[in-house]
Amino acid sequence: MTPWLIFGAKAVGGLACQMGVGPAFTIVERRVAAWIQGRVGPNRVGPLGLFQPLADLVKFISKEQIVPADADRVLFLLGPLLVFAPPIFGFCVIPYGNMIGDEHLQIANLPIGVLFVMSVISTGVYGMMLGGWASNNKYALLGSLRASAQIISYELSLGLAILIAVMMSSSLDLNVIVEQQAGKGFGAWNVFGGGHLSQLPSGLLGFGLMFICALAENNRLPFDLSECEAELVGGYHTEYSSMSLGVFMLSEYLSMILMCGLMTSIYLGGWSFPGITDPSDHSILAGLISWAVFMTKILSMMFVYVWIRWTLPRFKYNQLMDLGWKAFLPASLVNIALLAVIGVMGV
Amino acid sequence: MANDDRVGSRDVEPKGFLAKTLMKLYVPSVLSGMKKTMEYMIRPKATLQYPEVKRVTRKGYRGEHRLKQDEQGRMKCVACFMCQTACPAECIEITAGPSPWPDRDKAPVQFRIDMMKCIYCGMCEEACPCDAIELTETYTQVSTSREEKIYDINRLLSN
Ligand code: SF4
Ligand code: SF4
Repeated sequence: MTPWLIFGAKAVGGLACQMGVGPAFTIVERRVAAWIQGRVGPNRVGPLGLFQPLADLVKFISKEQIVPADADRVLFLLGPLLVFAPPIFGFCVIPYGNMIGDEHLQIANLPIGVLFVMSVISTGVYGMMLGGWASNNKYALLGSLRASAQIISYELSLGLAILIAVMMSSSLDLNVIVEQQAGKGFGAWNVFGGGHLSQLPSGLLGFGLMFICALAENNRLPFDLSECEAELVGGYHTEYSSMSLGVFMLSEYLSMILMCGLMTSIYLGGWSFPGITDPSDHSILAGLISWAVFMTKILSMMFVYVWIRWTLPRFKYNQLMDLGWKAFLPASLVNIALLAVIGVMGV
Repeated sequence: MANDDRVGSRDVEPKGFLAKTLMKLYVPSVLSGMKKTMEYMIRPKATLQYPEVKRVTRKGYRGEHRLKQDEQGRMKCVACFMCQTACPAECIEITAGPSPWPDRDKAPVQFRIDMMKCIYCGMCEEACPCDAIELTETYTQVSTSREEKIYDINRLLSN
């Protein structure tokens, strides 16, 4: 009985991180967008407009669900769900806090967590492809083709960027990776070389590459070519309405959270922050503090996402592909070679 | 925009390998762009939350008209038609009648202004020899029909 209870509590906690922050972040996105454009943004629903996501939800639910006449009904309705599920699966292995007692604050403690997240992330593209294809709409099809080509291209560099952190920590277990970075100051964070000054350039480059690839993976501006309004109406979700559109939107935020969680865990020290968290303290209070640190890190990264989105114009498709294949891929390969040499020489 | 704002624009020649590479990857441009948007983000906004916060009109704002009254509560207008003549939009319509007071000959029986035609130029106010009409600072006008938009003498007196 007790293991199940503990598991349930951990699952609820983990889901709450994601499902709570996801909708809440839509309001942050809209407010920040407004501020950058010199507007005020939605501030009418509830205090400071904080209940806007609820109003959005009511709107999404109360709209009619339209399935185009010639669309493949089953695949059309399956599309959003297939996009929605992977980020939630992926978040299972992200450690969202220090241990409480003997329990890791992590829904499932997989020894190959990094691989699991990577494989799960890449399945998200199927939902987009199915949705775009089943819509029986040229724009949707083009959008989904672009999305899949983009995601698959950037997955390579993303994987290599993740590999940098894995090489520094010599582990695929996210818990181990985080614990190695915890409690030893900023220098121990993988982005700053994971405790070895000689690895600092690799860490910085790896983190930079991973950050940009994550933008591309999540189809965020400046890489949101799969849904660019000017050319493709709405991209792969052109034909979607009502809650299935809402699910597409929400999953964008969920996968952002997953990406930021992964980046935080493998590069930015996860739930640890020098001076605030103590990795050897396994009390409930310390666990909550580490959880708060983790969430703060995720939220700040997502804020940077939003900030970038409303700063940079969209890339052209050839620029996107050039950047992915001709700049990021060689850069990551060189970075890996460099790190390997440094590691072998043992500097 | 000042010239020093344009870090990363093409006219700045980067020096050295690292600077050139970063420039090629748009790093300086991206950073300066983000600095700019951050400035906008924290800048105070000009928007007023309208129904709760009303804009304070500057002095001399020209809004709805008002027909003025003197100390004894008599309307000042003597139905001289100066305002009707001066009005470029021809939206004033006065019907004159004999004055109930001995110190003047005429007084308006009806005084209509079509607020939909009015361009709020203030010529009527300037033309009036008796200082009897003026434009108030009320800029919100609510009505549910066209007829309501034609203000009659009572409406104008009560403004
Ligand atoms: S403000 Fe101008 S347009 Fe309006 S009634 Fe007076 S003179 Fe006519
Ligand atoms: S100009 Fe003045 S006094 Fe003459 S009719 Fe108009 S409001 Fe009355």
